[in-house]
Amino acid sequence: MSSPAFDVQSIRNDFPILHQEVHGCPLAFLDSAASAQRPQQVLDAIDHYYSHDHANVHRGVHTLSHRATDAYEGAREKVRAFINAKTTQEIVFTSGTTEAINLVAASLGPSICAGDEILITHMEHHSNIVPWKMLCERSGAVLKVVPIDRDGVLLTDKIPDMINARTRLLAVTHVSNALGTVNPVKSIVATAHTAGVPVLLDGAQATLHAAVDVQELDCDFYAFSGHKMCGPTGIGVLYGREAWLERLPPWQGGGEMILSVTFTDTVYNKLPYKFEAGTPNIAGAIGLGAAIDYLLHIGRGNIAAYEKYLLDYLTDRLAQIEGLRLIGTAPDKAGVQSFVIDGIHPHDLGTVLDHKGVAIRTGHHCAMPVMDFFGVPGTARASLAFYNTTAEIDQLIDALAVAREMLA
Amino acid sequence: MEIYRERVLSHYREPHNQRHPDSVDHQAIGFNPLCGDKLTVYFALENDVLADVAFEGTGCAIAIASASMMTEALQGLPLARAQQLIDAARAMLAHGEMPDEERLAEVRALEGVREYPSRIKCATLAWSAAAAALDGNMQQVSTE
Ligand SMILES: Cc1ncc(COP(=O)(O)O)c(C=O)c1O
Repeated sequence: MSSPAFDVQSIRNDFPILHQEVHGCPLAFLDSAASAQRPQQVLDAIDHYYSHDHANVHRGVHTLSHRATDAYEGAREKVRAFINAKTTQEIVFTSGTTEAINLVAASLGPSICAGDEILITHMEHHSNIVPWKMLCERSGAVLKVVPIDRDGVLLTDKIPDMINARTRLLAVTHVSNALGTVNPVKSIVATAHTAGVPVLLDGAQATLHAAVDVQELDCDFYAFSGHKMCGPTGIGVLYGREAWLERLPPWQGGGEMILSVTFTDTVYNKLPYKFEAGTPNIAGAIGLGAAIDYLLHIGRGNIAAYEKYLLDYLTDRLAQIEGLRLIGTAPDKAGVQSFVIDGIHPHDLGTVLDHKGVAIRTGHHCAMPVMDFFGVPGTARASLAFYNTTAEIDQLIDALAVAREMLA
Repeated sequence: MEIYRERVLSHYREPHNQRHPDSVDHQAIGFNPLCGDKLTVYFALENDVLADVAFEGTGCAIAIASASMMTEALQGLPLARAQQLIDAARAMLAHGEMPDEERLAEVRALEGVREYPSRIKCATLAWSAAAAALDGNMQQVSTE
């Protein structure tokens, strides 16, 4: 196994936050699946915007308002190109994946009747479960769950049998945050479409790791978060196929999303503004645009190849630890590895690792049904990004040895 | 590491009174939804005295060690005195107030959690459950 040509040290120089000590040890940040870090280029873009160009968008005739509007709409075009949507009308800015999914659940709501069915999977993040459960409770619809196997692979061959004339939507994650599984979403979409069922993909964990092409996937909705792909927090995207967004009613009312208002009539604005009530997160969108520029500059293929190399290295080293059980062993995975160690509670592991400068996530990862499936209250999860190194993985492995010595 | 002092680890490795007592008069469950840890605290009474204190459940080293220490500290105390001690222990673990309580000498080994804000609830879990058990019967208390 050799490192692909990838100058990780020069990439790390772009990330000021990575260069610090925690408890006297160099920081090894292995928690990017929870939230990735931002390069200086993104910080600069936000700073420049607030220092020079800030004003409200779409409202003024003055110069700053024009600049802010151009930058905000420019970011929308960057997002469109990034996921290869047909038009910028299909790109709705939200506060994140969670809000994007809630938008669809809320707007779809009035058309869902008692006895209708929503199909999700056993590996979803709570944000792709709870909005649908809430919709089911409101409407009397039924939530159905596609099962997974012991490796954390989605049992896609069950999907055709779980779809029927009452199925109104299939909501499935592109990449599982708890297990790392990359789902074969293109063929899942094709299966659902054969039965006339629209598909929402939760792309929160996917956009940092690999190229996403919504036209190729042919999905109806695609949701993702800026902060998981080196952009700011508080900004995310809902891609919606134009025909769907035209059809769905708005979910929040306010400024920006209307063309005219009287006390008797409102005319909704055109897409995508119909779904963007109120002053948007302008700086967030601009920062996300800068993150996209950055990822494209490094190269999607380079990122994917280097991450695969890191993941193989991580999994190999973890697998050699006695009493360690890997959770999530699907053949096709992104840079996430969950595990448990006999006799050591994940919380204790997290604390000892923190003491050694290693940041990982411990707990249920907002995926309690996955924890139940594997019969554990929680796991430890190391997650990787293209700015990580094998030296950081070694630091994790050494810290695990310390934890075992102390606690097992 | 301050948080994992040897006293703490030895209670964790061999917890005291981790069992279901023969008779139970009061019990309560402490639940931490953040990590799924769940401890049940049992009291057996004789004339308003805690004749037996025990616990069962799963948790991290801090939660288990704290539960073990709790059973020792409360064993044999009159109810009113137990209440005082529980309050003092919770104030110490959560707010760093140093009680003048000989009976909490052992629990002081858990002091180190004060440097780890996310772990304080692990240390107070058993004590919250003990407080609920004193208050009534068959309760579940949550750390959140
Ligand atoms: C798979 C998945 N879906 C959805 C979310 C929710 O994202 P956000 O909190 O940014 O809305 C996350 C974040 O943890 C995730 O990993």
